[in-house]
Amino acid sequence: MAEAFIELDRVEKVFEVRRRAGFLRRERRQVRAVDSLSFTVARGEMVGYIGPNGAGKSTTVKMLTGILTPSAGRLRVAGIDPSRERTRLAHRMGVVFGQRTTLWWDLPLIDSYRLMHRMYRIPDARYRENLDRLVELLGLGELLDVPVRQLSLGQRMRGDIAAALLHDPEVLYLDEPTIGLDVISRTRVRDFLRQVNAERATTVLLTTHDLQDIEQLCSRVMVIDHGRLVYDGALAGLHEVGESERTLVVDLERELPPIEAPAPARVVRVVGPRQWLAFPASESAAGLVARIAARYPLVDLSVREPDIEAVIAKMLHGTEGTPEPPPDRDASPVPESS
Amino acid sequence: MGAWRVYPAVAAGSFRRYATYRAATAAGVFTNTVFGLILVYTYLALWEARPGLGGYDQAQAVTYVWLGQALLAMLAVQGGGFESELMERIRTGEIAVDLYRPVDPQWWWLAHDMGRAVFQLLGRGVVPFLFGALFFPAALPGEAAVWGAFLVSLLLAMLVSFAIRYLFALSVFWLLDSQGVAQAVMVTGVFCSGMTLPLNAFPGGLGEVVRALPWAAQLQVPADVLMGETAAPAAYLFQAAWAVALLAAGRLVQSAATRRVVVQGG
Repeated sequence: MAEAFIELDRVEKVFEVRRRAGFLRRERRQVRAVDSLSFTVARGEMVGYIGPNGAGKSTTVKMLTGILTPSAGRLRVAGIDPSRERTRLAHRMGVVFGQRTTLWWDLPLIDSYRLMHRMYRIPDARYRENLDRLVELLGLGELLDVPVRQLSLGQRMRGDIAAALLHDPEVLYLDEPTIGLDVISRTRVRDFLRQVNAERATTVLLTTHDLQDIEQLCSRVMVIDHGRLVYDGALAGLHEVGESERTLVVDLERELPPIEAPAPARVVRVVGPRQWLAFPASESAAGLVARIAARYPLVDLSVREPDIEAVIAKMLHGTEGTPEPPPDRDASPVPESS
Repeated sequence: MGAWRVYPAVAAGSFRRYATYRAATAAGVFTNTVFGLILVYTYLALWEARPGLGGYDQAQAVTYVWLGQALLAMLAVQGGGFESELMERIRTGEIAVDLYRPVDPQWWWLAHDMGRAVFQLLGRGVVPFLFGALFFPAALPGEAAVWGAFLVSLLLAMLVSFAIRYLFALSVFWLLDSQGVAQAVMVTGVFCSGMTLPLNAFPGGLGEVVRALPWAAQLQVPADVLMGETAAPAAYLFQAAWAVALLAAGRLVQSAATRRVVVQGG
């Protein structure tokens, strides 16, 4: 394996949570958000980091960016201890949150970039070169003079990604970078990320609920649950472990008894003329569709990919359905998107 | 290239941003002028009945009104400066994004508020002030040095105003209620700054207290510097002492608040 860029060695984070347990009585409770977490990410790797809400993803990213100090264990990014040298590390990392923007809302996009130029002390020549390149790759040319509030979600997202990359960060933390985007914007963002990773050897840690993001971008996936790493390897392996299933939704001309599908495909739900069939994610849908079309009056159909939650839930609990919600984390002024 | 250069860029951006709200600026100028008129006639009647109230003659009282209207937006006496945005970011959790930047939050928001203040002074202050000086008796100095001393006092007033609102805004980390805090900013600001009545005219013990509070550094002190009611060095000392104390308190609360954000994460 190449040079390790991110290193975690038995990292723990324990929060002390106080909660009201009656009038004037408060109860102290320890929440172990991250528990003995160890992994390394090599320079230039692109890794998917997934897990149910409250699993500890955000806590990990906060420790990697230095705004949280680990309770125990050793953590290094580019050889730096993030919590001790947060500002120094900030110059070398980029952060993008799909649901939050770092752009200046009321001003033209270019004004936010000029601010980044100063904030990250980017040398003038490199700033111009990077800006030109990002504007071209992300198609921002027409948008530079448009106030950010007038941008569509997809445009704003591309604007945010450019803002995070102007200072040539060595590592990029992405949190749901394609959430809410249409298919075209999504593809464009993914293509761009792949290119940045390939050309600049930028290390990327991607947190997402969109399985396609991971499928198209990451050769490696880490799954975290209850603060522990429960899977680290290729995405295909995750499917195998989780035995995930896709869903074929068919609309028939009229109400009919459940379709007799070839095993292991099976009908899981019937509502009027609409039927849902589950089949292994590793198999092609074509054969199944052809057989149904040949024997039933088919009006319409669609295929649904398994979502990450379902895959993980199967892997963790060996059952279908959504994972149990995480324990209540006390009222928080900082709503978490993990 | 120095790290500080980001702050002038922030101030310039903030200035431009407020400059884009033209209709709001025009409406603000109109409102300040109308309120100025109402207050001026009230003060004229009051000073008619109580000549020399607070040590002011009628012209000084009128000048005080127009000064108050001119500086109301700049000093964000009623709120509506950077703090509404900061409180909103704290409430929604967007504040976490700010911590990923290689900047100091207090300096960042100070630069932000300075850009806004300079715009509000020019965009909203000048017109009501000139209107008042043209159509009503005015007690304005002739020497440029006094105007210079007034501007220095105004800068210090701005720092105190920022420092007060920064503390209010950070309280949202604990109170989790930005609306109530915004109300508190407004009520304390309007009353304690002397927006309704010069603090010099407040009676007895109450007067002693409000004149010693930091809000006095916002409007009362610069007004007295401009109208020659107080010596500039004493005024600067009072303002600078509050500015330093409150900014230092802001830094302390900021580090406690940062730890808190960090703890709230999941």
